[in-house]
Amino acid sequence: MSVVLEAQQLTSVRAGRTLFSDLSWQLAAGEILHIEGPNGAGKSTLLRIVAGLLQPLEGQVLLFGQPQRDDPEYWQRQTLFIGHKPAVKAELTALENLSLQSRLDGVQLDDPWLLLETVGLLGLEDIPAQQLSAGQQRRIALARLFYSEAKLWILDEPFTALDTRGIELLHQRFAQHLEAGGALLLTSHQPLTWSGERLQRLRIEVADE
Amino acid sequence: MNKASTWQFLRTIMQRDLAVALRRRSDIINPLLFVVIVVTLFPLAVGPGPDILGRIATGVIWVAALLSALLGSERLFRDDFLDGSLEQLVLLPAPLPVLALGKISVHWLLNGLPLVILAPLCALLLKLPIDAWGILMLTLLIGTPMLSAMTAVGAALTVSLGRGGALLSLLLLPLFIPLLIFAAAAVESTLVGTSAYGQVLLLAGLMLLTLTLAPLAVAAAIRVSVN
Repeated sequence: MSVVLEAQQLTSVRAGRTLFSDLSWQLAAGEILHIEGPNGAGKSTLLRIVAGLLQPLEGQVLLFGQPQRDDPEYWQRQTLFIGHKPAVKAELTALENLSLQSRLDGVQLDDPWLLLETVGLLGLEDIPAQQLSAGQQRRIALARLFYSEAKLWILDEPFTALDTRGIELLHQRFAQHLEAGGALLLTSHQPLTWSGERLQRLRIEVADE
Repeated sequence: MNKASTWQFLRTIMQRDLAVALRRRSDIINPLLFVVIVVTLFPLAVGPGPDILGRIATGVIWVAALLSALLGSERLFRDDFLDGSLEQLVLLPAPLPVLALGKISVHWLLNGLPLVILAPLCALLLKLPIDAWGILMLTLLIGTPMLSAMTAVGAALTVSLGRGGALLSLLLLPLFIPLLIFAAAAVESTLVGTSAYGQVLLLAGLMLLTLTLAPLAVAAAIRVSVN
C-alpha cells in the first residue's frame, strides 16, 4: 500500500505550552488514523496542522511525498477538512448550503435530492439551517463526504451531535472511502467500531510541565 | 480531487455572500437609514436657510457615509468566522486575495452602491446646488469602494477578538480621513466654480491603490485570524 500522508518530527507549541514534540507517523491508502487523547492534548491542533491551517513549530507533513509548504494548492485539492465548526450558513437552507458547498468542492451534483435523502434531510431542505437541530446541521456539513473524491479526509470529531443511525451511516461511508484507496485522519471520543489492521491509533497525552 | 478554477470559486463565494445578505436585509437597510436620518436631522438642527445648508451639505453627507460604513463593519467576516466558513475559505485551492476581493465587491454592491444612488436625495434634503450633484455622486462612486476595502482590512484583523468594535473604529477612522478631505475638496471646488479634476484624479489614484493592496492585507489578516 502506498503512503498517503507522512508526518515527520512534528512539534507544536501553543500559548507557550508544548503540545507534542517529535511526532512522526505514516498513513497508507485504505487506512484510518484515530487520534486519541484527553481534552486539550492537541488533537485538533494536529489536525489543523495537517489541513494546512496552522504551521508546526518544527517538522513537516508530506502528502504523496510532497511537502505541504512547497505546494499548498496541490494539498488543498487532495484533502477535505471538516472541523468543529460545520461551515454551514445559518441563513441558507440545507439545499442551498449543499449546492454551494459542492461547487466549492469542485463537484457537479447530479442529484442533490439523492444526497439529501442519503444524509436523512429529505423534507427539511427548504428550512433555513438555523432552525435545524445541531445534529441536522452536522449532517449538512457531513454531506460533503458523500460526494467527495478527496484522497485524504481530515475530520475533527465527526460524530458529535449525530444519532446512532448517523454514526452508522458515517461508518459505512468511511468503509467505502477506504475501499477506494482513500485515507482518513480523525479524532473522536467515541469508540470506533473498526477492527483489524486498517485502524491505527495515535495517543497524545497532555504534556505535564 | 478538486478541479474547480479560481473563477468558479470566486463566483460561488460571491453568490453565497449575496444570498446570505439578501436573507438579512436589515443589515443592508440599517446603514442607509442611518445616513438618511442624519441628513434629515441637520436642517432641523442648524436651520433651513440654503446658505448654511448648502455649504455644509457635502461634509454632512460624507461624514454620514463614513460613519455608516463603520456601523456594519464588524459583521463583515464575523459570521464566516463563527460558523467555520472562514477556515474553509483559507483551504480553498485558490489565491486568497482574489477571494477577498470578491467578498469586498459584494460588500460594496450592497453597502456602497445604494449610498451612491441615495446621494441625490441627500443632496436635495440639504439644498446642495444642483451643479454639484454630479461631482458628489462621482466622489461617492470612487470613495465607497475604498470604504469597503478598508473596512474589510479592519474587520479581518479584528474578527477573532470577539468584541473588536471599538478597536475597529479607532483603526479605520484615520484611514478614512484622506478620503474625506479630497472628496469634500472636490465638491467644494465645483461649488466655487473651479475644476475638481485634480481632486478626482487623486481620489481615483487612492482607490486603485487601496483596491490593489487591501485584498492582500485582508488575506494575510484572515490567515492570522483562523489560527
